[in-house]
Amino acid sequence: MAPNSIHWFRKGLRLHDNPALCEAVRGAGTVRCVYFLDPWFAGSSNVGVNRWRFLLQCLEDLDASLRKLNSRLFVIRGQPANVFPRLFKEWKISRLTFEYDSEPFGKERDAAIKKLAMEAGVEVIVKISHTLYDLDKIIELNGGQPPLTYKRFQTLISRLDPPEMPVETLSESLMGGCITPVSDDHGEKYGVPSLEELGFDTEGLPSAVWPGGETEALTRIERHLERKAWVANFERPRMNANSLLASPTGLSPYLRFGCLSCRLFYFKLTDLYRKVKKNSSPPLSLYGQLLWREFFYTAATNNPRFDKMEGNPICVRIPWDRNPEALAKWAEAKTGFPWIDAIMTQLRQEGWIHHLARHAVACFLTRGDLWISWEEGMKVFEELLLDADWSVNAGSWMWLSCSSFFQQFFHCYCPVGFGRRTDPNGDFIRRYLPVLRGFPAKFIYDPWNAPESVQAAAKCIIGVHYPKPMVHHAEASRLNIERMKQIYQQLSRYRGLGLLASVPSTNGNGNGGMMAYSPGEQQSGTNGNNSHLPGASGSSVTTGNGSRSILFNFDSEEQTGPSNVGQQQQQRLHTPPQNQQQQHHGYHSVPDASQNITSSRLYHEFAVPQHPGLLLHTRGSITGKRERESEREGSGEEEPASCSVNKMQRQSAETS
Amino acid sequence: MKRIKGGEEGSAGESPPEASKKVRTEPESEEPEAAGESPRCDWSRLPQELLLHIFQYLPLLDRAYASQVCRGWNEAFHMPELWRCFEFELNQPASSYLKATHPDLIKQIIKRHSNHLQYVSFKVDSSMESAEAACDILSQLVNCSLKTLGLISTARPSFMEVPKSHFISALTVVFVNSKSLSSLKIDDTPVDDPSLKVLVANNSDTLKLLKMSSCPHVSPAGILCVADQCHGLRELALNYHLLSDELLLALSSEKHVHLEHLRIDVVSENPGQHFHAIKKSSWDAMVRHSPKFNLVMYFFLYEDEFGPFFNDEIPVTHLYFGRSVSKEVLGRVGLHCPRLVELVVCANGLRPLDEELIRIAKHCTQLSAIGLGECEVSCSAFVEFVKMCGRRLSQLSIMEEVLIPDHRYSLDEIHWEVSKHLGRVWFPDMMPTW
Repeated sequence: MAPNSIHWFRKGLRLHDNPALCEAVRGAGTVRCVYFLDPWFAGSSNVGVNRWRFLLQCLEDLDASLRKLNSRLFVIRGQPANVFPRLFKEWKISRLTFEYDSEPFGKERDAAIKKLAMEAGVEVIVKISHTLYDLDKIIELNGGQPPLTYKRFQTLISRLDPPEMPVETLSESLMGGCITPVSDDHGEKYGVPSLEELGFDTEGLPSAVWPGGETEALTRIERHLERKAWVANFERPRMNANSLLASPTGLSPYLRFGCLSCRLFYFKLTDLYRKVKKNSSPPLSLYGQLLWREFFYTAATNNPRFDKMEGNPICVRIPWDRNPEALAKWAEAKTGFPWIDAIMTQLRQEGWIHHLARHAVACFLTRGDLWISWEEGMKVFEELLLDADWSVNAGSWMWLSCSSFFQQFFHCYCPVGFGRRTDPNGDFIRRYLPVLRGFPAKFIYDPWNAPESVQAAAKCIIGVHYPKPMVHHAEASRLNIERMKQIYQQLSRYRGLGLLASVPSTNGNGNGGMMAYSPGEQQSGTNGNNSHLPGASGSSVTTGNGSRSILFNFDSEEQTGPSNVGQQQQQRLHTPPQNQQQQHHGYHSVPDASQNITSSRLYHEFAVPQHPGLLLHTRGSITGKRERESEREGSGEEEPASCSVNKMQRQSAETS
Repeated sequence: MKRIKGGEEGSAGESPPEASKKVRTEPESEEPEAAGESPRCDWSRLPQELLLHIFQYLPLLDRAYASQVCRGWNEAFHMPELWRCFEFELNQPASSYLKATHPDLIKQIIKRHSNHLQYVSFKVDSSMESAEAACDILSQLVNCSLKTLGLISTARPSFMEVPKSHFISALTVVFVNSKSLSSLKIDDTPVDDPSLKVLVANNSDTLKLLKMSSCPHVSPAGILCVADQCHGLRELALNYHLLSDELLLALSSEKHVHLEHLRIDVVSENPGQHFHAIKKSSWDAMVRHSPKFNLVMYFFLYEDEFGPFFNDEIPVTHLYFGRSVSKEVLGRVGLHCPRLVELVVCANGLRPLDEELIRIAKHCTQLSAIGLGECEVSCSAFVEFVKMCGRRLSQLSIMEEVLIPDHRYSLDEIHWEVSKHLGRVWFPDMMPTW
């Protein structure tokens, strides 16, 4: 008997390039495409109305496309684990297909459903199509650890085979004899609900700037490629005032919901590049947008605490301020900085902002001005941003707050200057903050500096009609850069005066890959092995035993560029320090500034666990810039007790 | 590492809470077991020095558990050596995500170990309660002799919210009682001139480091008094408004040791603020006196406030421009900063910095670290810059957007070219497109 299939849609809301869906219909007697929606959950969830609307539009579109194939979409009200057993029985199901979900909670959920299906004698077919690559293969290639720098990730990718070609779009011929039994009351039982049914108040809701659905996605990708072909320049477009606005060629929300296959996008880009550039092979940078997404999926797939600071082995612990009032001002576009407020307004109204605008508001909330935890910002994006995906959202927030992935932190986007450079005229501000419409370009980014007469003429008194700036940016940056420096100096154990060298790095340009990552050892940063080390105190990244392999791989791979690089670094490593005997005093012993040179090799000692005593000696003798043990004891900033206290507190919290 | 592990197994094992419970509730059954594992090893007879050595590696909680094993270990727990450093973490649940040092532990320390404390720091969150708690502890540190004291605001500076008199009286308790303070870090606090006088009166012979950026109640005269009296001062951090010709001359007096590190924050309170200038002769005196001293300057100014800066030679070694800085000022930096080691420019206008960088490469022969944020440089000029500096550029952090491709180099080519001149693999810094 031909099998009866269910295809379970989650992401991957499309008929094109949907390998799991193809498996569902192959040789099957019946197929039913289902989507689970918990109406109780919907209203109370953290997801905003724009995202819900986008999802519902995607489902409508799927249903419409399936109708053309004499099928329908079944929107099931309830939770998969509760409903599947009933469906299996009722529909006499023998095959269940779905797209692979790489995220930790998705994997957990899918494992449970697989088990249910197996118990019910249902065959389960899972296919990878939300990412270009099998993420586990990338991790395997990296010695079992996810790469923690984008550079390293690119290196790994370039060693993999190109992604698999997209599969055929579901069509009548592909359906063959496979039918979908549809009852007369289908609409009632399984129809796509409206926003109102989900409990959203839609009165006055403006029409969607980003309409959801596969059909829209396929139109957009054609426009996207047309424009690229017309520009014939495959480098990253430079930002201008126009790029701040929602573009009819934008694709990110469609990739997020899987209305657009990333592989289709990948191969269309490749074809276009070959056509325009006469068959030269495309550089990795062509796929930047896709690869960044892939990078964060890879980093997150085995890390269930990827979206948290505490207990997340790749996240630097930063003593963020807990400040609900300030957070609310940021989220509700009341910071008093027009550039920040306009972006946050656009985000709330339309569900999308330009990636540099994301950098601007994320930097402002976290390390730039407010010193508020990236987790809080991530939650707001989760609610409002159409393309916010768990992995990509958390990963980007960690990145932008300099909480992981080792980049330089020296650069803070100025909430006044950055906008002014991008859109000198201030049209973007006037569009989203009509209250400031009357201000001349000169003052529109810092209206509080406008003379009273200008404010009066603009019919907008700062402090009355529009808030005063909530922070003194210069003062906040001064404080924050100092804090970041302290935190990173603890991490890298760099004690010199340089700002740039405080970021631990492999090759001196902030693309380092030395961060040890050891799943299952998430607390090891505060365990006995290294808790005595200054770097492992309070605000540090967990280091663990799994690090050795990452590092050595990293070493041998990244240094194959220009000749004699390896030798160069070897020599440097063995150069005796010039200033071993340092002063024993104070917070810093001041090294000779020229010793910055050795910093590119710091990660060695940073990551490889050794006997603590030994480690301390090595530190002194290799770099000369770190304090030796005796000096460290004289330093109040980083002493052993601090970590002990941390641990004590943590553990007493656990036991009590 | 092995040895340490062994120590742990002997005392508390992998999970201290349970193990110690066992030790407490059924000591009889525990001991034979341990003995069975290593028959001739009697942990309780470990010499004190060894025990101390092991304890120094153990987190406080593990030490606390170990101290319950036997009398000897309990004595070891209270050895002064283990209580020289302490970091008080003062956080409120309402204003911090991090845990605070337990009040009972604080009481214990003040009662039993305050006379052992030498290196003490307070990390306080942004709440006034935390800062006040820190002051309360400070005012109880009467019978101790601190060498190092650090008051560190981990979020918004909260010491500034504490009533000034409360803060000052707490701080002066330490100044008066600890007569050999060598390092003092009191950035962002309401410390004032009279309290600095107390510091000088009691600790002038020992003070080596003083960090007091953004202390609005200190005047140039107040800091001058410190410089005049504390001849051992090697490191000093303060805001530009406290910097004066007199201060530099005082620091370069014959009686004064070589200064090693001077950190100056130049912060604008409101746009258009006027800043005084420092004479070249004062800087010259400083360099003559301390030829190797590092001058670190962080600028957070509006573009039009740079008038008084970089018109004459200045011995700055590390420069950080936190806000937009004009091409013209960077041009002056190229001319007047021969000792420059590190340069970080967060932002600049939209015109390429080509000539400025080349000038910097030419004149700043010590430059070994550079970071560029929102700036623009043509690829050709950048390659030229790297070629001129060569391998001494150990830190080269350039945002990808900074580099403008031109007829000679594309973005893909530039990383090879730059890597070649640096002698190591180099890439521009990338930001996620998301």
